[in-house]
Amino acid sequence: MALSPEEVNHVAMLARLALSEDEKTAFAEQLSLILDYVERLNELDTGEVEPLIHILPVFNVLRPDEALPGSSQEEILSNAPLVEDGQYKVPRII
Amino acid sequence: MDLYKLTVHELQDKLLAGEITSEDIVKSLFSRIAVVEEKAQAFITLCEETAWESARRIDQQGEYGGIKGIPYGLKDLFCTRGIKTTCASRMLENFVPSYESTASKLLNEKGGILLGKLNLDEFAMGSSTEQSAFFPSRNPWDWERVPGGSSGGCAAAVAAGEIPFALASDTGGSIRQPASYCGIVGLKPTYGRVSRWGVAAFASSLDQVGILSRNVRDCALILKIIAGKDPLDASSADIEVPDYSAFLDGEVKGMRIAYPREYFRQGVTESIRTAVMKALRKFEELGAIVEEVSLPHSEYALPAYFIVAPAEASTNLARFDGVRYGWRDGEAANVADMFSLSRAQGFGPEVKRRIMLGTYALSSGYYDAYYLKAMKVRRLIAADFAEVFRDFDLIVSPTTPTTAFQLGEQIDDTLTLYMNDALTVPVNMAGLPGISIPCALDDGLPVGMQLIGRAFDEATLLKAAYAFEQNTDYHRLTPVPGGGINE
Amino acid sequence: MSKEFETVIGLEVHAELKTESKIFCSCSTAFGAEPNSQVCPFCAGFPGALPVLNEKVLELAIRTGIALNCEIPEYCKFDRKNYFYPDLPAAYQISQFDQPVCKNGYLEIDLDGEIKRIRINRAHMEEDAGKLVHQGDITTTPFSLVDLNRCGIGLLEIVSEPDMRSAREARAYLEKLRSILLFAGVSDCKMQEGSLRCDANISVRPAGQEELGTRTEIKNLNSFRSLERAIEYEARRHVEAIEDGEELLQETRTWDEEKQLTRSMRSKEEADDYRYFPDPDLPPLRISRERIEEIRRQMPELPDAAQERLVETYGLPHYDAAILTTTPDYLEFFDRVIKIYPDAKVVSNWMMSELNKYLNQSNLEISDCLLKPEKLAEMLQLIDDGTISGKMAKTVFAEMFNSGKSAPEVVKEKGMVQISDEKALSAIIESIVNGNPKVVEDYRNGKEKAFGFFVGQVMKATRGQANPAVVNKLLKEKLK
Repeated sequence: MALSPEEVNHVAMLARLALSEDEKTAFAEQLSLILDYVERLNELDTGEVEPLIHILPVFNVLRPDEALPGSSQEEILSNAPLVEDGQYKVPRII
Repeated sequence: MDLYKLTVHELQDKLLAGEITSEDIVKSLFSRIAVVEEKAQAFITLCEETAWESARRIDQQGEYGGIKGIPYGLKDLFCTRGIKTTCASRMLENFVPSYESTASKLLNEKGGILLGKLNLDEFAMGSSTEQSAFFPSRNPWDWERVPGGSSGGCAAAVAAGEIPFALASDTGGSIRQPASYCGIVGLKPTYGRVSRWGVAAFASSLDQVGILSRNVRDCALILKIIAGKDPLDASSADIEVPDYSAFLDGEVKGMRIAYPREYFRQGVTESIRTAVMKALRKFEELGAIVEEVSLPHSEYALPAYFIVAPAEASTNLARFDGVRYGWRDGEAANVADMFSLSRAQGFGPEVKRRIMLGTYALSSGYYDAYYLKAMKVRRLIAADFAEVFRDFDLIVSPTTPTTAFQLGEQIDDTLTLYMNDALTVPVNMAGLPGISIPCALDDGLPVGMQLIGRAFDEATLLKAAYAFEQNTDYHRLTPVPGGGINE
Repeated sequence: MSKEFETVIGLEVHAELKTESKIFCSCSTAFGAEPNSQVCPFCAGFPGALPVLNEKVLELAIRTGIALNCEIPEYCKFDRKNYFYPDLPAAYQISQFDQPVCKNGYLEIDLDGEIKRIRINRAHMEEDAGKLVHQGDITTTPFSLVDLNRCGIGLLEIVSEPDMRSAREARAYLEKLRSILLFAGVSDCKMQEGSLRCDANISVRPAGQEELGTRTEIKNLNSFRSLERAIEYEARRHVEAIEDGEELLQETRTWDEEKQLTRSMRSKEEADDYRYFPDPDLPPLRISRERIEEIRRQMPELPDAAQERLVETYGLPHYDAAILTTTPDYLEFFDRVIKIYPDAKVVSNWMMSELNKYLNQSNLEISDCLLKPEKLAEMLQLIDDGTISGKMAKTVFAEMFNSGKSAPEVVKEKGMVQISDEKALSAIIESIVNGNPKVVEDYRNGKEKAFGFFVGQVMKATRGQANPAVVNKLLKEKLK
């Protein structure tokens, strides 16, 4: 199950990872290996099986609608690479 | 007196007896660190100032008991308020959280003293700690070998006597496998038993906070402190926390123990198979009933895990985008480039690999074939365990297929590296509790035995593990750092 | 708009839920705080933080489902919607994908007496993103600033079926939906503040054709008027493109309020694949039938029921009742006036005409205006007892609206008491009649209009304060 260069590019774009050409080649190989390995799951007939999405048989975990103090502005900005007027600053979006 | 050699209980006794102070312990540990750390490379951050401060404060109050005044280590995946938390990644190399993980908060409230943040595979993704962005940690039994991963720093530190116990995380074996390689106790509780709040998420449905310690008794004590419902973690279970220590009576008469034949195949070495079979005979000697069973879908656990874990990881790590904290490529002209470049620069190859794999598995057109399929197989795996637990109280197997391998040996062989988790992964997939305890030495290297229990039945797990300990001496073995065994 | 084409419209509405805290964390939802001061590790996307659902969000979602006649399945869950954007800290939004909390509902709109049912496909819970501030336009700004106060506020996304066939129907739907959400106490629905947002999906097809045409999505609709205009513009654009044989792209466009047109928002990158999957951090929800009944019992009165009540209790026409039940504040105002001054039609007339006029002009909410219901009642009593005429009342009303003063105060200040004294009026009438003999002759010769001339003159002489009834009576006598 070889991953094509287009597929690798597409996945890298979805994951927002800038990869070098070498990395793309290496990942294509490695991922193909892993995907080949996981192919064996198709040996199992799971047509009637419900996916196990939540491990604990629990429902409705709720909290009361109460506003509590969170982090201070200083705390929440303390690790920011760039700040202006109490806001995170990023380069242009478009 | 070499206080660094003592267990938590032994230290507790001496503190209560007034024979030593907390500062004495801290001093002994830092001295030990000064001797072995150069080779072990277990720590990313040492918290010397705050440790001394806490020890002094506790000594001034003069009250002890439990873990009061006793230092511990924390996998650097746990957010610690005001203390750097790197997840062993360039992405967070200067990240200082303003909040504390629930598990470490509970230890601190009981007087535990954080000695330092320990090395791991980057973002907990790995089986050898070689994937740390900073440096690999080493196995105290043989410095040329890996301590295991992803909690390799914790395991090495406990085994080398740098700390009496540590908190770590286990997603596919990250506590149990290093425990096995380093000859110590490693417990992964039931999914939901301990709060995950404040621990950087790898795979949300698999991650669980656990303990690395020198013996089972210490482990039971710590578990009682950190287990319980946390209102901040919706996946934490609202189930009573028993007094685990009360179950440590050394009795296993009548306990029904199963060993799955599949776990004695998957590339497990002859000596390990022999060692664990010998351990099972020990249980029989002690009055347990031991029988072979089958967990028929065992071989599918690892492939399913290879889809579920990276898929969840790919979304959990998407928050590292350079906007609010962490590494940012400051030169990027626009936001799209900033995202891609920051992430490319901040993440190591294994992390990128898993993000790519996970993104692919969730992407349009592949979700059904991969993620959904894997989650269905997951149910089959869980059902296998449930079936066995109808008639048995415990499942026993080897923890790892081999003993600790050499540094650099597997680094280029992705699939082989992943295979190290073959015996531990199914336990996470089923959300069950699992513990690894040392049960033999093979060519001077520790062999771990894994005990798996019913959901929320850590009591039985600890009871059986304790009984084994009481009747053997493997837990007393400690390495002469770099080679050789004490006692 | 060519008669051969039919416009097909669906609306996607996001309503900010009225809760004290955010949907998945306990941060405050209060508006207007300093940037990044109502944030915590969870809503700021820090490592290790986890979501826990706000019970009030679930309650409001169920309430909305009931109010919109939806099916509320026994089970629903949350999913992660993955995409990268600076205002989305975790780079995924917790939303509901294939198992929403509500489905298959409807609401009814009234178009000049004709009732049309607009079906609702689904309503689901999700978290809001943060706010981006640009220097000017998003396309030209050199940088952007991110404020996460809004991030994590609970939203309900309500998606209609493409049942609307005109801009007018779309507007009526949005107005009705807003009313229902307001009466149900689910959201503040302030379009200007962003607590109610609307995107429109439009396509056109030749009349009679079943297959739907190419669809475009329009964003940035900040008022009912923009919604109508944008739909009309876009439908025309579609038809023109088809008639000219041009390609019509399925895309997202933004409404340019200044230029009154839509513009493409296409970016160079491929469309995002959201990679939805169930959020492992949040246990699923099980909604019992008992819980639904409990919420239904506690439901406030909804617009349709309130409308019926007004018609039955006060005999008001449907048209009036509909306007009075646009918002709960409006209805409350009416109820409070009626308590004191029971003539419903009179009250309704004054609210629909004068009050609405000034509210629209000043862009005020009825709850913010200075003129209080009790004071309106008082003013109406002054008309009844002859202190002021209906016409004078309009002037008094205007002053009351601007100042908040009571009617008696205004009347006193402006010396606007109505002149009903027959002696005084007779004297004025005498002098006007005597000064216009020609007009008198015209009137006596059958020119009815001449009467109006005299009335006008009396009003002029008395600065509008003459009691019209008395003037009429005296004039008729005088001109006999």
